[in-house]
Amino acid sequence: MDLFHTIIAILESTIRVSVPLIFAALAGLFTERAGVFDIGLEGKMLGAAFAAGAVAAVTGNVMMGLLAAVLISVLLSLVHGYASITQRGSQIVSGVAINFIVAGSTVILGEAWFRQGGRTPALSGDARFQTVTLPFADAVRDVPFLGPIYSELLSGHFILTYVAFALVPFSWWILYRTRFGLRLRAVGENPSAVDTAGISVIWLRYRAVICCGILCGFAGAYLSLAMSAGFVKGMTAGKGYIALAALIFAKWRPVNIMLACLLFGFLDAFAIRLQGNPLPLIGQVPVQLMQALPYILTVILLAGFIGKAIPPKAGGVPYVKER
Amino acid sequence: MSNPYAKLPAWAEYILIPLLNLVVAFLVAGLVVLLVGENPLDAAYYMITGAFGRGEYIGFTLYYATTFIFTGLSVAVAFHAGLFNIGSEGQAYIGGIGVALACLWLDKTMPWFVVFPLAIIGSAAFGAMWAFLPGWLQAKRGSHVVITTIMFNFIASSLMVYLLTKVLKPLGQMAPQTRTFEAGGQLPKLDWLMSIFGLNLGNSPFNVSFLLALLAAFGVWVLIWRTKLGYEMRTMGHSPSAARYAGIGEARITIIVMMISGGLAGMMALNPIMGEQYRMQLDFVQGAGFVGIAVALMGRSHPAGIIPAAILFGMLYQGGAEIAFEMPAISRDMIVIIQGLVILFAGALENMFRPAIGRAFASIGRRSVAAAQTRGA
Repeated sequence: MDLFHTIIAILESTIRVSVPLIFAALAGLFTERAGVFDIGLEGKMLGAAFAAGAVAAVTGNVMMGLLAAVLISVLLSLVHGYASITQRGSQIVSGVAINFIVAGSTVILGEAWFRQGGRTPALSGDARFQTVTLPFADAVRDVPFLGPIYSELLSGHFILTYVAFALVPFSWWILYRTRFGLRLRAVGENPSAVDTAGISVIWLRYRAVICCGILCGFAGAYLSLAMSAGFVKGMTAGKGYIALAALIFAKWRPVNIMLACLLFGFLDAFAIRLQGNPLPLIGQVPVQLMQALPYILTVILLAGFIGKAIPPKAGGVPYVKER
Repeated sequence: MSNPYAKLPAWAEYILIPLLNLVVAFLVAGLVVLLVGENPLDAAYYMITGAFGRGEYIGFTLYYATTFIFTGLSVAVAFHAGLFNIGSEGQAYIGGIGVALACLWLDKTMPWFVVFPLAIIGSAAFGAMWAFLPGWLQAKRGSHVVITTIMFNFIASSLMVYLLTKVLKPLGQMAPQTRTFEAGGQLPKLDWLMSIFGLNLGNSPFNVSFLLALLAAFGVWVLIWRTKLGYEMRTMGHSPSAARYAGIGEARITIIVMMISGGLAGMMALNPIMGEQYRMQLDFVQGAGFVGIAVALMGRSHPAGIIPAAILFGMLYQGGAEIAFEMPAISRDMIVIIQGLVILFAGALENMFRPAIGRAFASIGRRSVAAAQTRGA
């Protein structure tokens, strides 16, 4: 029974830490499927988290915070789009640049506006997302086995958590069942075919980049308005890169992305739980190994030892119409 | 890949455009300073006096520049072969193991000039080893070097935390670092070089590894423009299909270039470990690997451009500390913004002003041709 509750607790925190990964990885899915690589997920998420924390603290309204997060993140996406679509610059260089600009300016602006060592003021009440208790969660708590799963594992998360999981089938539907999705995938595989059909490659890619901005905005808002009460400098702590790893690990497919994010989230939650406790059969595992595992797994996958991750064919190549 | 832009005169290509991009980057940085409520001109003044005002400050500026020359060269070498090595950060971090091992082994018995060459070999070997895997994976298994090197940065940082807290830390010490090296593990400072110019080095850690950095820059120039390997690298960077047609082994070049790049990044570790702290600490690289990207882009991947670009960033690091002291609202994170802006404007947006400048040159050209014709008639 005790083990059961431990497992429930680990799974519960798995869900909690996977949510920003799911948002960010789905964000990456939209641009990368359209042929624009984006290693600036980390920066956009961080910028959004800062905007959310700052605006929610000033207005006291969580929705304004979310809106600000989405706005800033879309703005940063448009910078990336301008550099990599319109100016045909290197998409990777542009992503790296955005990560640095955001990492620096969130600290500088946060310190100048709030003077709390790069934090935004702690949020409470209406300025922060509250957890949602699903109907009958208290009533079924005592039902054996299924009761705790429903009331502790599935109920009691933030609204954004449910949004993140709902976005997985929704993204699948957009990408695979709508005209926009078909064109978006086509522009990532063979942009000149799309151009020949009389559809603007540039505008399509811009729309994909904007979708990415919106989703990264949600990821950032989740970090500073739900998971913690306010922005802390550098709070994304590499989550954008883990999301990128999850995206590749999932071979650019929505449902796989959710599973990959849950796996990486599980490793994270498990590592925190494990701290100092030896594992049965294996013995003491260094925490650092658990932390590095998502990256090691991605490298092994990329090397083609577990299946093969094939990126969108036109990914990373700017489209030149005249040729 | 063909260039969709008109060809410009060399001086415009290599001086005017980079300079213009740099100026725009600094103007935007100035806007951020304004936004924080400080005067950008004052900030610039503090930065320049803070970086060059005294012998000691110059020493610090050049100390930082040494680090950035190594990482800038590392990124640039990979650029020439069409590879983007974001992993200089991790390679420099792992390179530290080579330095630390050489110093821990011989620092009590041997003088510095015996330990130094071993540390150079060690740092380059460890850095190259850490870059070998991403290179091999790209060459043989087709996984993209950008993604693998990002992953390897994180793996390196986890590995180093483990090594410094569990393996290399002396017993009974709390801080995650190696023991302090004895005289054999400490590089001499370059007082004599500074005193030629009548400057006093003060407390700054400007040391012999600066000369090694200059040597490395010359070595990279020879490698890229004066050797067969360099020719093959550049061919592959310009056109992989041409390289394949010419019988250049893509896999071989990719692996070798990544190892050279990693080796140069690894040598960066000599400067902070043997030159300043005399021990290996957690996170001693402090983002220098990423600064290397900005330095390489700004220096247009040419050693003659990388050295001034590295000194500029050394100035930003040293002068930035001075700004932070005079203007509390502006911390050293300002440098991270400038670094990002330089990468954006000199890298991703390098073509932004090209059409306008191309048009300007074209119209001047047409007018002078017309003038010549009227004179002729």
